[in-house]
Amino acid sequence: MSPVRTPPAAPVVRTRGLGLGLAAWLAGLLFFLPVAWMALTSFHSEEDAATNPPSVAASLTLDGYREFFGSGGGASPWPSLINSLVASTASTLLVLVLALPAAYALSIRRVRKWTDVLFFFLSTKMLPVVAGLLPIYLFAKDTGLLDNIWLLVVLYTSMNLPIAVWMMQSFLAEVPVAVIEAAHVDGARLPTVLTRIVAPIALPGIAATALICFIFSWNELLFARVLTGVVAQTAPVFLTGFITSQGLFLAKVCAASLVISLPVLAAGFAAQDKLVQGLSLGAVK
Amino acid sequence: MTATTTPAPARTRVPATAPRRTHGRLRAWATRAPLLPALVFMVAVTQLPFVATLVISFYDWNALYPDARAFTGLANYQEVLTDADLRESVGTTILLTVTVVLASLVIGLGLALLLDRRFRGRGVVRTLLITPFLLVPVAAALLWKHVLYNPEYGLFNGLLHWVGGDGAAQPDWISRTPLLAIELALIWQWTPFMMLILLAGLQSRDTELIEAARMDGAGTWQIFRHLTLPHLRRYLELGALLGSVHIVQNFDAVFTITSGGLGTANLPYTVYQSFYQAHENGLASAAGVLVVIGSLVIATFALRVVSSLFREEASRA
Repeated sequence: MSPVRTPPAAPVVRTRGLGLGLAAWLAGLLFFLPVAWMALTSFHSEEDAATNPPSVAASLTLDGYREFFGSGGGASPWPSLINSLVASTASTLLVLVLALPAAYALSIRRVRKWTDVLFFFLSTKMLPVVAGLLPIYLFAKDTGLLDNIWLLVVLYTSMNLPIAVWMMQSFLAEVPVAVIEAAHVDGARLPTVLTRIVAPIALPGIAATALICFIFSWNELLFARVLTGVVAQTAPVFLTGFITSQGLFLAKVCAASLVISLPVLAAGFAAQDKLVQGLSLGAVK
Repeated sequence: MTATTTPAPARTRVPATAPRRTHGRLRAWATRAPLLPALVFMVAVTQLPFVATLVISFYDWNALYPDARAFTGLANYQEVLTDADLRESVGTTILLTVTVVLASLVIGLGLALLLDRRFRGRGVVRTLLITPFLLVPVAAALLWKHVLYNPEYGLFNGLLHWVGGDGAAQPDWISRTPLLAIELALIWQWTPFMMLILLAGLQSRDTELIEAARMDGAGTWQIFRHLTLPHLRRYLELGALLGSVHIVQNFDAVFTITSGGLGTANLPYTVYQSFYQAHENGLASAAGVLVVIGSLVIATFALRVVSSLFREEASRA
């Protein structure tokens, strides 16, 4: 990644380089501090978490986590965690199934006006969610799909499909055309070509695409808040239960926020190298 | 509806059409077939609801009085545009978006410049920096609301107390500066995003050109001003526009930190509230259409920037 540079020879430059490296470290730690503080607080008892000035060296306990998982009689987060897992995984799979052939038609065997199609996909991403929220809500109410996790699966698929199509068409462009042509000459049909030839070659890119789609689905709040209630509640909706203060509950909030963010942190770190490409819709490599 | 904004880059790689017409048409459909499921799905799920929103926006329709539904033409738009609360939320949306995007872009540029150099532990620092972006948005907003801003036991006042002793000021951050409270939390989450895009931009610079400039005696500032910044322009634009598209739509932070109170309700929150709590379907739809028109302005520019970067990549390949 980093361009090769001639090492600075003069001692003045070296001291400045050291200073800038130190500045980078300080900035990194400053940005990370709130997360670190949240992690530390989650392991404190509620009494220690709520002292002013803060008690940094208080003894550690898992009580915040026990409380979050419902030991104190509160609602268990498991149903909402499972709902989020189902919605995110199912929509990611659906995205991959729809996006892989589409990306094939946009980058390997190109349809006419393929750039127009690509930009149509991108333009749907610019359409604000609130613009379609009400009709979707009314539709769900009329058809009995309110509080149904599969409605979220469909909506999350539409939310992530443009990103996936853009990312995948840039990954598939790297697959050598000769290999695919050879398979077609041998009489292989499209599904075979996609699963046996294209997918294995483009696997790292497809994996990164899947992780990014998973993150966006897991994070989503507005649709989930409006369209789900008791049964299909997702993890971010569960978190909104902590918006109003409930006495001493800081350790519990921290534990909840961390546990629910954990899948996103894991997916994000795993996809770190391709994160920019996904977030910029493939425009930046 | 958004297809009209699509810029059409040069189509140089379209294969020659097949000789015979029927055969050619069949082949064209065979090429199109893999694309159709995704395309039909997107049109059905994203475009149809918007058309419905457009239709509803011309009706006087409160969900609590379903029988009183009537066509009112542009009355909803008139009401939305003259309603003081709604007009305020337009202002709030613009202020929130501009502040967050500009601040995170400037800080992100500084961090990207720091990270574009080699130093010990660069990978670790990069990971530390992107962590805020990888928290669930509601979780990040809860962290700021309760753990940092809380006037009694939040970290900010805790640090003030620690430094200043018992007489230290203990402000109630959220009620004193509600919009700034939301902005800070969002800037913290979005700076890593900007940093990642700008870092990718910095690393795509022509290093030989910079070396040559340095040989010719150009200073660090001169190189930054005349080589780096022009090269980064497109990446800055891209970051600003993608950031705007997301932050204009922000719901999570406003909903979590202030619940739209204290003058912080932005348009998405107002639309949510007007149909979810006030059940004013017609009004909510009209406001929704206005959000779309606002986003279209941003989107047109965004698509143009992406298109030019896309063409650049294509010509490089």
